[in-house]
Amino acid sequence: MEQNVALELRNVTKTFGSVVANKNVSLQVHKGEILSILGENGSGKTTLMNMVSGIYFPDSGQIFADGEEVVIASPKDAFNYKIGMIHQHFKLVDVFSAAENIVLGLEDEKGFNMPKYIEKIKEITEQYGFELDPHKKIYEMSVSEKQTVEIIKVLFRGADILILDEPTAVLTPQETVKLFAVLRNMRDSGKAIIIITHKLHEVLSLSDNVAVLRKGEYIGTVKTAETNETELTEMMVGKKISLNIERSEVVNPADRLIAEGLTIENHDGIKVLDDVSFTARSGEILGIAGIAGSGQRELLEAIAGLQHLDSGSIIYHNPKTGEEENLRDKTPMEIRSMGVRLAFVPEDRLGMGLVGNMDIVDNMMLRSYKKGNSMFLQRKAPKSLAEEIIEKLEVVTPSSATPVRRLSGGNVQKVLVGREIASAPTVLMAAYPVRGLDINSSYTIYNLLNEQKKNGVAVIFVGEDLDVLIELCDRIMVIGSGKVTGVVDGRHTTKEEIGILMTKTDKEEAES
Amino acid sequence: MIATIIQRAVMQGTPLLFGSTGEILTEKSGHLNLGIPGIMYVGAISGVAGAFLYEHGVAEINPFLAVLIPLICSLIGSILMGLIYCFLTVTLRANQNVTGLALTTFGIGIGNFFGGSLIKLVNSDVPSIALSKTSTAFKTQLPFADNLGWFGDIFLSYGFLVYVAIIVALVSSFILNKTRVGLHLRAVGENPGTADAAGINVTKYKYLATCIGSAIAGLGGLYYVMDYANGVWSNNGFGDRGWLSIALVIFSVWRPSISIIGSILFGFLYVIPTYIPGISVSSKKLFEMLPYVVTIIVLIITSMRNKKENQPPAALGLPYFREER
Repeated sequence: MEQNVALELRNVTKTFGSVVANKNVSLQVHKGEILSILGENGSGKTTLMNMVSGIYFPDSGQIFADGEEVVIASPKDAFNYKIGMIHQHFKLVDVFSAAENIVLGLEDEKGFNMPKYIEKIKEITEQYGFELDPHKKIYEMSVSEKQTVEIIKVLFRGADILILDEPTAVLTPQETVKLFAVLRNMRDSGKAIIIITHKLHEVLSLSDNVAVLRKGEYIGTVKTAETNETELTEMMVGKKISLNIERSEVVNPADRLIAEGLTIENHDGIKVLDDVSFTARSGEILGIAGIAGSGQRELLEAIAGLQHLDSGSIIYHNPKTGEEENLRDKTPMEIRSMGVRLAFVPEDRLGMGLVGNMDIVDNMMLRSYKKGNSMFLQRKAPKSLAEEIIEKLEVVTPSSATPVRRLSGGNVQKVLVGREIASAPTVLMAAYPVRGLDINSSYTIYNLLNEQKKNGVAVIFVGEDLDVLIELCDRIMVIGSGKVTGVVDGRHTTKEEIGILMTKTDKEEAES
Repeated sequence: MIATIIQRAVMQGTPLLFGSTGEILTEKSGHLNLGIPGIMYVGAISGVAGAFLYEHGVAEINPFLAVLIPLICSLIGSILMGLIYCFLTVTLRANQNVTGLALTTFGIGIGNFFGGSLIKLVNSDVPSIALSKTSTAFKTQLPFADNLGWFGDIFLSYGFLVYVAIIVALVSSFILNKTRVGLHLRAVGENPGTADAAGINVTKYKYLATCIGSAIAGLGGLYYVMDYANGVWSNNGFGDRGWLSIALVIFSVWRPSISIIGSILFGFLYVIPTYIPGISVSSKKLFEMLPYVVTIIVLIITSMRNKKENQPPAALGLPYFREER
């Protein structure tokens, strides 16, 4: 049995600054086995595999390939130990054919012989049951074909250990079935396969063993045949932690925003939002939970008028006039003036909403520059608003004339959220507003949102920490792969319930 | 008459062919070298300087050395210019457009400075220097070309650099499309991140492509002085041929083989007014615009058809940082 171990990690630890990404992780994968690495966002799955493929170097711990201890300092080293990783983001040259991409960078003493390479590519595709035309250009390919090219690229170089990072994230269900068939073929021919995923049903249907990570720590490995969804979810999300976020009762809820059948297709023809319907009520915080990239961003942008809707309608009940209006036909400017506010905090914080090189006052003016009657800018009102936000939200800054770029992340977020709230919104959308913030700043933001809720604003809160969602939100809508997989009551739900909903791909499976 | 026009068109097109082949190789590595006019200028004046020293240094000139010395001087001059461009844009990651334009101004300045100095040295009455002996060596043609009538005129009546230009373009085309080196070079220009991940030395390819491209472009300048202008250097005589070369790159949709035809077409548009009787100087200037108009039309057509193969390399003009994600 020991002879069969293709790859083994022992007590591998990796830290980035003060953040521990992986702590004492140990796991094994055998030849002819498919191992799933399961975990939530930020549980350290990808970091762990990046260490195996030579992108990061572990702080401590040992890696064994084929029974011998190895040092993997670069992707080239990983390749020498026959380890190949297929990343989520493909590394392909668009105007090259599949075959050209596959042989790119390959040193071959016998000279450059394209027909011979194509022959070998065809052998590989036949052996494992891929479907690929080696002459097809990458830009003409679908996502799944591109993924096939990446997999063949690794096999062409003779890899025996394949690591796939979220391979199904970009695939349609039919394509996923095909991919799994190919992976099983590879397993049967003796390759060791590791797939990183957070989709429970895939884990159960594909893998032989499951290793679970939670917040960088290795929880354990279980045989797929001897486990079930509930056990895996429990291992994945852990026990509930109490945060003591204040939550007031909902007063006089009224429908403010009714979304029906929202559908958006991206240019690969994949539905990023699929028939999403929900209602946001005034005086209530609606939480949106889901694995990152399940369509949260597109949903919020669609409401704000920044995304084109392929179908569906968003009916807005205007509390001032009592009229109903469809936001779908409105420009972002019109939607804003109706009181729908988006405080979007993307991954890079400054990306949307604030301009880094401008000071706080100028950033306030981004929202009000159309006001005023003269051709000159009126700086008085934005300046007093900036100072009010600095004082009220305790923004740490030398002055209101400091460029936003020079503030710390938490203060940037306070400025952004503060500005959106100052305009007295009727709908406030916040995506990941506490990402990267320390505890105190996070609570300031929660309190701000709660205050808005008390003022009768319909708050939509997209978050990633389930504990926060459960304690802050009145209702939580869970989306998975662009579909609503369930709406739960924040006061009575459990982490396990949401966890299971998050990892479902559609409703039918959730019910079965 | 027709044979003469074709002959003039080819001679007019040859500097452009050198320039565009060099620029295509450079652009394939992802670098937009707008310093090409300056580099061609330096290639020309370096050759002139070498030929000047040789012609005035020895009493009896050896035709072989009379070709070899200017050739080597020209290559050294233009490769040095290429190295300056590479160092600034590849190693220091300076803005490619600014660096290129600066290099053009710089190269023309160098050419005019040394050209002016040489003119002063010989105390010439006219503002130019003539290197007729060297030029004769450069213009040597096959001995039997004159006896073959129109066939000889069209195909065999040129100095050797014309054939070099065509061979270099064909070889470049072959290397780009049929060899591993070409595949790697194209990958660097299209997607340096992917090339880097595949283990290709991106910096090495960028340096080599830019320097070899500069050397080829510099030959265009040398050909212009020694062959086309009969060895007569006058300041600013090179005109806008450098910019036409860059226009030709777009016209030939980054393919050196199409560049051969394109250069002759551009050359034809350049010389045709001379053969139209009774044309005024001002309408002659209108004709000189035609190559640019044709280039703009090609740009419009390729943009409209939007075929990926006819677009510039995807990473053209973008500096590459490995750490940036």
